[in-house]
Amino acid sequence: MTKKYVGQRIKRNEDPRLLTGQALFMDDIELPGLLHAAFLRSDYAHARIKSIDTSAAFKRPGVVAVYTAEDFGDYWHPGPLQVPPPLAIAGAVFNTKGLPPIGKDKVRFSGEPLAVVIAESRYIAEDAFNDIVVDLEPLDVVTDLEKALEPGTTLVHDDLGTNLAADVKQESGNYAAARVKADVVIKRRFNIDRGASGAMENRGLIVDWDEKSQNMTVWSNCQAPIPIRNTIAANLRLSDSQVRVITPFVGGGFGPKIMTSQADDVLLPWISMRLKRPIKWIEDRRENFLGTTSERDQIHDCEIALTKDGKLLGFSDVFYHNTGAYDPYGMTVPLNTQTHTTGSYNIPNFYTQVIMVFTNTMVVTPVRGAGRMYGNFVMERMLDIAAKEMRIDPVELRRRNLIQPNQFPVKTGIIGQDFVENVLDSGNYPATLQKALDIISYEKFVKEELPRLRAQGKQVGISVVCFVEGTAVGPYEGARVNVDGTGKVTVVTGVSTQGQGHYTTFAQIVAEQLGVDVSDVRVITGDTGHFHWGVGTFASRGATVAGNAINNAATKVRSKILKLASKLLETPEDELELDSGVVRVADIPQKSITLGELAWKANPTRGIIDPNMEPGLEATAFYGPTHGATGQGSVAMIVEVDPETMLVKINRFVIAHDCGTIINPLILDGQIQGGVSMGIGNAFYEKMVYDENGQLLNASLMDYLLPLSTDMPPKIELGHLETPSPLNPMGSKGVGEAGAIPTPACFVQAVENALAGYNIEILESPLSPNRLWELVQKR
Amino acid sequence: MSDLVNVKVTVNGTKYERSVEPRLLLSDFIRHELGLTGTHVGCEHGVCGACTILFDGQSVRSCLMFAVQAHRHEIRTVENLGTPEHLHPLQEAFHEKHGLQCGFCTPGILMTMLPFVENNRNPSEEDIREALSGNICRCTGYEFIVDAVKLASQKMTATGS
Repeated sequence: MTKKYVGQRIKRNEDPRLLTGQALFMDDIELPGLLHAAFLRSDYAHARIKSIDTSAAFKRPGVVAVYTAEDFGDYWHPGPLQVPPPLAIAGAVFNTKGLPPIGKDKVRFSGEPLAVVIAESRYIAEDAFNDIVVDLEPLDVVTDLEKALEPGTTLVHDDLGTNLAADVKQESGNYAAARVKADVVIKRRFNIDRGASGAMENRGLIVDWDEKSQNMTVWSNCQAPIPIRNTIAANLRLSDSQVRVITPFVGGGFGPKIMTSQADDVLLPWISMRLKRPIKWIEDRRENFLGTTSERDQIHDCEIALTKDGKLLGFSDVFYHNTGAYDPYGMTVPLNTQTHTTGSYNIPNFYTQVIMVFTNTMVVTPVRGAGRMYGNFVMERMLDIAAKEMRIDPVELRRRNLIQPNQFPVKTGIIGQDFVENVLDSGNYPATLQKALDIISYEKFVKEELPRLRAQGKQVGISVVCFVEGTAVGPYEGARVNVDGTGKVTVVTGVSTQGQGHYTTFAQIVAEQLGVDVSDVRVITGDTGHFHWGVGTFASRGATVAGNAINNAATKVRSKILKLASKLLETPEDELELDSGVVRVADIPQKSITLGELAWKANPTRGIIDPNMEPGLEATAFYGPTHGATGQGSVAMIVEVDPETMLVKINRFVIAHDCGTIINPLILDGQIQGGVSMGIGNAFYEKMVYDENGQLLNASLMDYLLPLSTDMPPKIELGHLETPSPLNPMGSKGVGEAGAIPTPACFVQAVENALAGYNIEILESPLSPNRLWELVQKR
Repeated sequence: MSDLVNVKVTVNGTKYERSVEPRLLLSDFIRHELGLTGTHVGCEHGVCGACTILFDGQSVRSCLMFAVQAHRHEIRTVENLGTPEHLHPLQEAFHEKHGLQCGFCTPGILMTMLPFVENNRNPSEEDIREALSGNICRCTGYEFIVDAVKLASQKMTATGS
């Protein structure tokens, strides 16, 4: 059945308002009597708080209040874990250290809040920082992951007696036995770093406690409004029904905006209730670097074991993971690393151990890719290193070990971030590899062009990697679909939107079921006043999980429409069709009724109704998968490294990708391209640099480089395959993080290939011109 | 707190007169004094370009200026380019080519590209990328933005805009 709306390149519903500056973002909101909050943050990464004297700040005209941890009394407590600990994994060691909303007794990272100032304007609030006298006793700082576990090193959390945050071992098969049987065993250590999410809109919150109505309205540019609503209500002992959290248009999410129970959403609602005034807080960019979570370093010690024919027998990966000063997000990031290491390959024996460490740096929580990229990096690098050592073509080595289409579902034996075993549901991995190779003309390039270019003295290189992307994890999402009296349709769901086109893709799903135009479907996302069951937008789950809930709800509405129309038109349901906002008899188009008329008929204001009748043409439905759906793809890149400047130019970038049923190809392409640009950033431009004092040295966009238009390849060449997922009625999988996951491995491999003349091995990411020069000089 | 300074500025054809602190940023003045919130603030240190407006016809970062510097000058913001019902050809092209995702950087990009397409008939892709390199977009990877600008240039050349 060809679909009219799903699968079509439909232009976005939300564009006209966004393009004309008529879309509501957080900081656009003005309220009568609005006050402004600013957070004074610690410069020191590790220090005992001896005293904070705020008295002078109160004397400043325009300052309404100043609070420190002491002022919050019993209300102050370390935040709950956002994600439960990994109890599902046997033998897991996990030390819970939730994020406190504001520093008390001790600060543990540079940027930790010390005081919050409430004033008539943001300018005055920030002026008041100069009035506050903070007496800190600096302590030794720990930033190095390995040193953090050496005896005698300063402790981030004294009561733990260790800087160990977690130790989780997982194994499938028996690696120790496998390596004995192997013909080739290769060991390497990798240093991998990621960075900030870099959303163009910084984090913010507006809270309006209305004393007379006893209601609280919160505007938050977060990715998970329902959990925020629930925790705010619980924290303040309010009824859920008294708190409404609304997400307006959001200027990019990418992960850190999922984090709740932070200074803003814990403290400002409490303050608003006490002052009985609305309060607004918006980060500035420097504050975002210091005070908002990011993803950072891991150190991997890997071993790969193969037969002399290049068959993978086993892989071992012991890695350190930096969680920063607290671990509010549990093990999500490193568990994703563990489930994405074996990737697209058959590896019968796999051992993985994560040693998670507290350091005096900002907390680590997911950034687009959420830990998957590190697993992909080490596997793909090891494969290339093995290929070189064994003199097997790197593509051929991959081909020999790819999971085949007839093997699905593949149970990996490794538990993931959703605390169930990671199972690969479907795909055609050899086909995506072949597609990438075809698009980049791999054979021809390697045999003819590469030697020719190198003979001209050009440092050109090519690389090919494969990747998997775990998406669409549970637990569930929900939606409600309703036909309005005008005949237009409204759909509401709990997830929020940060640019990925939900206002269009969700409308397409409804349009498909109800035969209305996509532009006649109004989509409301992330407003707990409209819908308050669900979790949030992260882990590439919105389109699939919320999308399927929407599909389920729309299907129910369709059946209500047909049932009522059948009665009114005196025609059997199977002779009716829904098209252009009308229900009509298939061969007698004049015999019809509009959806609007039907909606009125479905909601009488007089008379009696049938028992069990539900009014209107509305339905609510939920969807929760048994486990996440796994997308997959292959990436190929050709780069050229300038011998003098060590700048890298990407000549060609190819990605062949399979995310199951495609809802909107235009939006899909945009998601992949955006992910790729973040991956390029992580490979060559982005690094959060902390010094030995735990100071973030590059907390600005001048010094933390986000990729620009001139840093991107001339075209991202896309190939799509569609292997529908058997896990959900729509057959879809997520794709939001796809571009970010494999790009660093592919980039590093291409650069290493380009510098083949120097015979260096690159075991790290990100690179930079300086770093490449260093690596080359060392040779 | 310093004395307030009188500022007379024309924005989108309308004359405004306000008394402001000398240190009030032009971006804050446009957004919060005048309520024109289409111009967005991404960094306040002049790198991301989201706050770009036209100042006497030139693309300028409003976060790097003070409101008082706009005294007796003319400003044009994204609100003046088109409406949701009647998009400017440049905006149409972005809609056509999916040149925006979250839309936060978009007004700044539009106000940077507007003089560029008006003054460059038939720019090459390289020219466009160069002109765009002062605006950061974290969502799109820029490719569809470049396509949109190319399309807009074709449209606007054809209609003689």
